[in-house]
Amino acid sequence: MVDLLFFGLFATVAVLCAINVVVQKHPISSALSLVGVMASLAVLYLLLGGEFIAMAQIIVYAGAVMVLFIFVIMLLNAGIEVRRGRSWMATIFGAPALLGLLGVLACLLVRWFPDSPVIKFGDFTGGTAKEVGMALFTDYLLPFEVTSVLILIAILGAVVLARKELD
Amino acid sequence: MEFLIATSIKLGLIAFVLLTALAYIQWVERKVIAHVQVRMGPSRVGPHGLLQPLADVIKLITKEGVLPPHVNKVFYLAAPILAVFMALITISVIPFGTSITVMGHTTMMELADVNVGILVILAVSSMGVYGIALAGWSSNNKYSLLGGLRSSAQMISYELPMSLAIAAPLLSAGSLSLRSITNSQAGFSLGVIPHWAIFAFPAPQIFSFIIFMIAAFAETNRIPFDLPEAENELVAGFHVEYSSMSFAAFFMAEYANMVTVCCVATLLFLGGWHPLWPSAYGSDFLAPLIFAGSGAICIYHGINYVRPFDRITLPVFGVIFLGLAGIFLIPQLVPILMPLFWFLAKMSFLLFVFIWIRATLPRFRYDQLMSFAWKFLFPVALVNLLVTGFLVALVS
Amino acid sequence: MSFYLGLSAILFVIGVAGFIFRRNIITVFMCIELMLNAVNLSFVTFANYHKQVSGHIFTFFVMVVAAAEAAVGLAIILTVFKNRTTLNIDEVDSLKN
Repeated sequence: MVDLLFFGLFATVAVLCAINVVVQKHPISSALSLVGVMASLAVLYLLLGGEFIAMAQIIVYAGAVMVLFIFVIMLLNAGIEVRRGRSWMATIFGAPALLGLLGVLACLLVRWFPDSPVIKFGDFTGGTAKEVGMALFTDYLLPFEVTSVLILIAILGAVVLARKELD
Repeated sequence: MEFLIATSIKLGLIAFVLLTALAYIQWVERKVIAHVQVRMGPSRVGPHGLLQPLADVIKLITKEGVLPPHVNKVFYLAAPILAVFMALITISVIPFGTSITVMGHTTMMELADVNVGILVILAVSSMGVYGIALAGWSSNNKYSLLGGLRSSAQMISYELPMSLAIAAPLLSAGSLSLRSITNSQAGFSLGVIPHWAIFAFPAPQIFSFIIFMIAAFAETNRIPFDLPEAENELVAGFHVEYSSMSFAAFFMAEYANMVTVCCVATLLFLGGWHPLWPSAYGSDFLAPLIFAGSGAICIYHGINYVRPFDRITLPVFGVIFLGLAGIFLIPQLVPILMPLFWFLAKMSFLLFVFIWIRATLPRFRYDQLMSFAWKFLFPVALVNLLVTGFLVALVS
Repeated sequence: MSFYLGLSAILFVIGVAGFIFRRNIITVFMCIELMLNAVNLSFVTFANYHKQVSGHIFTFFVMVVAAAEAAVGLAIILTVFKNRTTLNIDEVDSLKN
């Protein structure tokens, strides 16, 4: 019962913040609403038993990636978005297409998981740091090493793109 | 139900003690800096300036809270709230001692023993960047934007060596929960040397401790890393447009961050609430000895008084200290109070080091600060982690 | 569990909506991050359903890739802004006819 209450509360917060991301005119408000979405998703991960992933979400996503976004928005002094030349075609075809996408997803959900179990906090205890570490360094060692190379490439790319031209 | 009542009582107690301590840490800081600079410090408001924090609080509350017209109102008001919120939340996962049994109910001396306690502290300190970045940006002022961006960049740069320095003692502790980490530092080898992480056998964590303390100075924006809020260089940096309670909120957040990193350093590196030498050799009598000594000194100086009102105030303090020494001698309370005393003593020593360094060192220039983080501290922390892992793997 | 998957679907569709309708390049990027987060939620939900930790590992890798992509993408945005001084994706169309 308490699980459902917490889920309802944080799911509502997540959806409201997500709608705020899309609706707000100033990019900083969108960025802060996205931080809100990530924080409420971290709580949902805690409810699902993924304690390590919840903390990694806050440390990596909400604490580093979004800070990077906010830095760029502040540096570029991005102002309020001015709407010009709004293409009516996108609105007329876009909105029903989105609702159609949502409908298809909901249909598939109901068809594939007709009687899904109720999730209680504590019924999955395999999300501890020890379990994640064991799986990451034994079964998934190759993807782990490949992602470290990926991060290296990303660092090199970002440094090259953002440096000043040497005159 | 019992859990809820116990937690509410602990919550109220910890909140009250923490907020009072935040106000009085400022008094301690001003007195220590003053005595380092061979002057008196606050001494007029109450005996030895002890009511100075109260006077400061009254001043800050009754000052006019100006809301400048050119700021972005929502973020201007939200930034100090965010900063204080993140700073105060970390206290909830820090254990202060062993268990207390009151009227048949046993409870641990902490608010929540989370399995991933140390990650919670890292996560919340990552979120602390937002308060400062928003404060700098929403003030709509060149100097505060610069100060806010510099401070945020400094905080996220020093998070990396701090995380690596935290990871090293975790290798020998084997758990992420703060209580388990501290309990793994119990016991004494050779009967005398404690098992604290800085004396640990395969890999003494002394370098991790030093790296953690340096990164902690940068994380909490303290001297020598406090250029972003320097009064002379940057017109007080990111909080230049704030007045009264919002300004007080930022300072409260800074002191709360200081308390948190000192607590974390105590738990991870200095053995938490475990004594320096075994209680079989009399470490239980350290607390009464210290308090009795302080009481004796106060009474002696009260008798040979220098200022007229010392005739009254110093003997009163002496009696209070002797009373505290007496409380530590009661056998039933010793198992509860001694771990708490050791924890608070170690944490206070680290806070004193923070204040001592503030009184002594000049501040770094911003580019020196950033190159120190990326070119020196981060590789050193990496090498330290590698060496620790290698030694721990060799032994086990 | 279907509640969690439904929430993931709703967040994903909101992300797609933002991606299609917004003109500011940084907001579009943030909607991409929103979509990635929605997918992360369904990964963790399935990890709970099947009682395996592989879902958490997948989430971990998605987070890493998203962080790398955010870094490079924002560097590209900075370069585009330096050359064109606009953050409106409608105006970065010199490859069009």
